[in-house]
Amino acid sequence: MKDKIAEKLLLFIALSAILSLLLITFFIFQQGIPLIFKAGLGNFFALKWAPTRGGFGILSMIVGSLMVTIGALAVGIPFGLAGAIFLAEFSSKTIQKTLKPIIELLAGIPSVVYGFIGIVILVPFIRETFGGPGFSVLAASVILGIMILPTIVSISYDALLAVPNTYREGSYALGATKWQTIVMVLLHAARSGIVAGIILGMGRAIGETMAVIMIAGNALKIPGSILDSVRTLTSTIALELGYAAGDHRAALFACGSILFLIIIVLNIIAIRITSRK
Amino acid sequence: MYKLRIRQLSLYYDSLQALKEIDLDVESNEILAVIGPANSGKSSLLRALNRLYEIDYARITGKILLDEEDIFNIPINDLRRRIGIIFATPVVLPGSIYKNIAYGPRLHRRLKKKRMDELVCDTLKSANLWDEVQDRLDDSASRLSGGQQQRLCIARTLAMQPEVIMMDEPCSGLDPISTAKIEATMLELKKDYTFILVTNNTKQAARVSDRTAFFYLGELIEVDKTQKLFTSPVDSRTDDYIRGRFG
Repeated sequence: MKDKIAEKLLLFIALSAILSLLLITFFIFQQGIPLIFKAGLGNFFALKWAPTRGGFGILSMIVGSLMVTIGALAVGIPFGLAGAIFLAEFSSKTIQKTLKPIIELLAGIPSVVYGFIGIVILVPFIRETFGGPGFSVLAASVILGIMILPTIVSISYDALLAVPNTYREGSYALGATKWQTIVMVLLHAARSGIVAGIILGMGRAIGETMAVIMIAGNALKIPGSILDSVRTLTSTIALELGYAAGDHRAALFACGSILFLIIIVLNIIAIRITSRK
Repeated sequence: MYKLRIRQLSLYYDSLQALKEIDLDVESNEILAVIGPANSGKSSLLRALNRLYEIDYARITGKILLDEEDIFNIPINDLRRRIGIIFATPVVLPGSIYKNIAYGPRLHRRLKKKRMDELVCDTLKSANLWDEVQDRLDDSASRLSGGQQQRLCIARTLAMQPEVIMMDEPCSGLDPISTAKIEATMLELKKDYTFILVTNNTKQAARVSDRTAFFYLGELIEVDKTQKLFTSPVDSRTDDYIRGRFG
């Protein structure tokens, strides 16, 4: 009898997680999608954003989101992969046990702190070194790149550790050097895990809001260079939702729907890649 | 003419001594079988010869000469090219059949596509695998059966143009037909290569080898013509092992 109650209770809890996901999805799309059709796709995927006067163009924000995400990957992938290779292949067990939790701690720092560090250190540095306003695609990319490091490092590291030792032996036995073994065998064998890590990091970068608002500058235009400031979909929602009403509010939900779709697609790709063996 | 001369070879894993002052010569173009119960140092011997023990953090003392040259004076990549090894469980690398064979040669020199194609074809033929895989060289190597994978590993080793091929219980996981194919391959290749065959299967040693060495607890107990060792061994421990009284 007790077992039955416990089972039902757990089932209810498990279902409630799914239910809340479904409700959120439904709510966002129900609020946002009608506006896209009301405004028309041509007006929606356009440049003019003046939601109180009938301009619902979010193209520059989509471009902005994609630019900072690509920038974050350009920073995060080389550093993350190099870190994972160092941990998995070049360091002793002691170093691994010390360094890995420290890197994972990066994921626990609140994003507002990253943004704060960006404003205080990175933005002035970029302004003085490269010119421009400092609040820029570059600043956002570097900070986001650091923020996604723990995801990329720890998933890639696990993937490298999961490569059977026989691969290493087989490769060394054919006369390969350590570096040749890593590049030609290990990265190849750990490929699916590494790609999954990158895509999860990418999801994090595209969804990040606070740090980006603080350092990206939030100018509403398609940036001409990485030193220009930029506004992302997430920034727009966070900045404007407080005072938006009517169609403006619906337009922000439409931004959310687009963001939601992008992230769902990324997750599907990640699941596809990790489950393929 | 001895291909390999091993003098006073000892190998240690931390404080554990796995090989005890081994003296052994390997002739060119022979198949030398190495037999003995578990923990007798058979695999350690192979791992010493191509310095694969170094990745296990083991250390050795003594001398190993390949064509009268100290193996520690040979660049390690070159040494491992000249002395190939086949493991008990076939180690296919990720990627296609073709790539598995091309991997080794590509590490050492650039080959034209046509030349590489020939090499892949030749080595697969030598390993008696060509007929079974010629239509699917681009398939993933991990889809092959166990016996095919092991022959692929032999082909991959042949592609390195080695001088000595060491085999560490190459047939332990294989069915009798696959085993027969691998044994036939060895006998065909003997004219061009020198083989060291570690095996738990004394009958296999008797079938293919020219000479047999019996190892026990890290010591080389005796080595002789296979025919002689199996019919009238000198040491009683050898006799006991061959007759299946222990091990």
